[in-house]
Amino acid sequence: MNAPPKAIAGASTFVDDRIGAGNFLKRNLRKIFPDHWSFLLGEIALYSFIILLLTGTFLTFWFKPSMGEVTYTGNYAPLYGVKMSEAYASALHISFDVRGGLLIRQIHHWAALLFVAGMMVHMLRVFFTGAYRKPRELNWIIGILLLTLALLEGLTGYSLPDDLLSGAGLRITEGVILSVPIVGTYIAFFLFGGEYPGHDVISRFYTIHILLIPGILLALISAHMILMWVQKHTQMPGKDRTEKNVVGAPFYPAFMIKAGSFFLFTFGVIALLGTFAQINPIWLFGPYTPADISAGSQPDFYMGFLEGALRVMPAWEINFLGHTVALSVLIPALVPLGIIMTGLALYPFLEQWITGDRREHHIADRPRNNPHRTSIGIAGITFYGVLWLLGANDEISANFHISLYTTTWFGRIAVFVGPAIAYWVTYRICIGLQRKDAEVLAHGVESGVIKRLPNGQYIEVHVPPAEDIAEHIRGKKEIPILEGAEDAEGIPPKGARGPLGRLRAKMSRAYGTDHVPLPDGHHEEVHEAEHAGVGAGDRKELH
Amino acid sequence: MTEQNEYPESSRVPTRVIGTPPADAPIVDTDPVRAPEGVPGVIPQDPVKARRAERLVALLFLITFLAGAAFIASYVIFQVGTIDKTATSNYALGGTLALALLSLAVGLTIWVRRIMPKYSLVQERHEMRSDDDTREYVKETFLQGAEESGFLKHRLLRRTLLLAAAPLGLAPLVLLKDLGPLPGTALRHTVWGEPTKDGKPRRLVVEGTGQPIRAADFNSPGGILSVVPEGYEEDLNALAKATLILIKFRPEELKSGTNLNWTYDGIVAYSKICTHVGCPAALYEQTTHHILCPCHQSTFDAADGAKVVFGPAARPLPQLPIGIDEEGYLVAKSDFKVPVGPSFWERGDAEAEAREKAS
Repeated sequence: MNAPPKAIAGASTFVDDRIGAGNFLKRNLRKIFPDHWSFLLGEIALYSFIILLLTGTFLTFWFKPSMGEVTYTGNYAPLYGVKMSEAYASALHISFDVRGGLLIRQIHHWAALLFVAGMMVHMLRVFFTGAYRKPRELNWIIGILLLTLALLEGLTGYSLPDDLLSGAGLRITEGVILSVPIVGTYIAFFLFGGEYPGHDVISRFYTIHILLIPGILLALISAHMILMWVQKHTQMPGKDRTEKNVVGAPFYPAFMIKAGSFFLFTFGVIALLGTFAQINPIWLFGPYTPADISAGSQPDFYMGFLEGALRVMPAWEINFLGHTVALSVLIPALVPLGIIMTGLALYPFLEQWITGDRREHHIADRPRNNPHRTSIGIAGITFYGVLWLLGANDEISANFHISLYTTTWFGRIAVFVGPAIAYWVTYRICIGLQRKDAEVLAHGVESGVIKRLPNGQYIEVHVPPAEDIAEHIRGKKEIPILEGAEDAEGIPPKGARGPLGRLRAKMSRAYGTDHVPLPDGHHEEVHEAEHAGVGAGDRKELH
Repeated sequence: MTEQNEYPESSRVPTRVIGTPPADAPIVDTDPVRAPEGVPGVIPQDPVKARRAERLVALLFLITFLAGAAFIASYVIFQVGTIDKTATSNYALGGTLALALLSLAVGLTIWVRRIMPKYSLVQERHEMRSDDDTREYVKETFLQGAEESGFLKHRLLRRTLLLAAAPLGLAPLVLLKDLGPLPGTALRHTVWGEPTKDGKPRRLVVEGTGQPIRAADFNSPGGILSVVPEGYEEDLNALAKATLILIKFRPEELKSGTNLNWTYDGIVAYSKICTHVGCPAALYEQTTHHILCPCHQSTFDAADGAKVVFGPAARPLPQLPIGIDEEGYLVAKSDFKVPVGPSFWERGDAEAEAREKAS
């Protein structure tokens, strides 16, 4: 093909004459995207969001966000003649009277679960590979905002059908809001338009769920994408890959088609789940009444850690001067979420403060090569995981025949001890993996060839590792350590004075000390070259 | 690892062993390491293999076409209505949709991997920061603009502008006031305290059926009922606070925590609304007299004033004073003496106040 078809050429000329799109395309058509399976995790979340927008729009055509009472006369026989809210009746109508309605409803719910799950694993990937480091801190924070908003979006979404299960969730939400000191009662009355449950909350949640939060999500996701595009993707260490380049496939045509096919994979798998894996069968729960509940009520998985925190919390409550602070609700509702979200948001800056590293980073770390970061991450996952597991302690108790109170007590202890154990185990695993890497470089890999020496001894012959493996391993970067040593007169450097400064220097030493330096001389050369442009302050004392 | 660490001469040694990566293929990702031909970094596929792949891709696209057509056909053929019909329609629509999407996805993937060239293109990266000249220019321009605007020189303009912005910023918050009424003392009362229209005490009726309860009929110890106030059987706001559990005890089973003056013939009424976050505490274990809230497992001892035995709830379920009317039906003698349900800021130690008032 020597010239583009007339239709494309004509349209392109039209657009370029008016907005100069050619310049943009010239720069971006062959934009390079590096390849690694873990870079696809965020795309799962992105595509789930698109599916959510599509299926959600479909659902709004029939859903009636009203708490007005109606008598059900639809096709689902077991509830015929039952009084219920219009919201619940319309959700039943979508499920049983609209062709494809049940499918789209279930796809919507599964996509929501995958949306949050995709964001979580994507975030973990970014965390463990250090891809949040300069210059990507802003995108990291946008990501955390996205995750927080997604949790709220989920909460407002699964409250809408107004069945018995979603009502239980709403009731817990109300109880949590009431526990907020000083303003809690007022917020609850404003949110519910008076006393719980009132007649307003479904329509208000509806507006928040289909307009307010999706709008913000859309804006933030766009910003997330633009920043990713402008800053270019990180890449894993490997042959010919440096901090100054990107190696991979061009956007047009390869990455474009790959992305399209991955969207279809995501959609296809969610469609399979929506077809064969029943989710939230609201017709089994019945309409909401605050007087009833079914045992084993569980929220969607991403709310499980809050549910678990509520369950393991001891019954602490303070009364003073005629006021009540319900710590047994307030602490579990705010503290775990606060620790996790704030900790994540601050991590890039804390790490910079401790290492003094102000360089740009475009080569992703292998998790083993920053053992303290990896251990902190795993400890965080353990903290979250224990709470999440305890969110289902009644099911665990029932299915494994463990006393309910035992599971609760296990949770109360494990939520503190578990992360500590996880930290230590992870740290040891990281060091072990680093030793293995050093060994591969120093001694090569086993060849499977047994050789007999002249003196009769048998040995297995080792060969040097394949070049790309070796390069991948040699991609290990040193973590800078702050200058903390005292000078000749016994005075520590400026940043390491005072209790905070001393702590900082100590943490910096612990965080950055490389216990398993790579043996290869080649590594040293690379390292010298890279450090040439960096201030001497970033240097390590030991090499 | 043996202590042997010298590399042997390569001619004697195979380059690859099962379980180890091939020396000529990548480990890090799928891009080949071998030297590119033609355009550097763009390695074309073998045309014969590409032709074979094309046939496969075409087959997959054909499947997508058929599945898509089947989806439309399913929409027309399978109607919904009953549970079974809906299930069939769901399987037909979802199955064909998933097949169409997945088949297309696999086809596109094969196209990228077997027909398009392998890429290992390199693009330069540049530091994100602007160069010093640009920064200097922006700084100068900013200062110049600030100077030209007069914002710095004219203090009155600056201050009145800030003043002007303040009320406008507050306006949206003020507008939200009518979202709901102020709480007042609403959370302290339930409908049990309001007499009925004809001035009689309010009867307890069974949830669901609306039947009033004759004390003499509710006579099997260990029995439990979910109870709502007469006249408010379907008022969700009322039920959210006033729902009760009614339990019949043998007299000797009741312990000191239960206020016997508020019981009638061994029948005790507690608020069903959990004092933790307000779920209905709906589970009852007859042998231990434990009331369990299924949401967060707060456990209350029904024989002992519903005091907390385990779990995150901090206070007992409030007890409702009950008696009978002239026809022998159970009625509320008054409202709860303390607020029911979850704790809130204005609640205070209502139990202590109630005790003081009583003594």
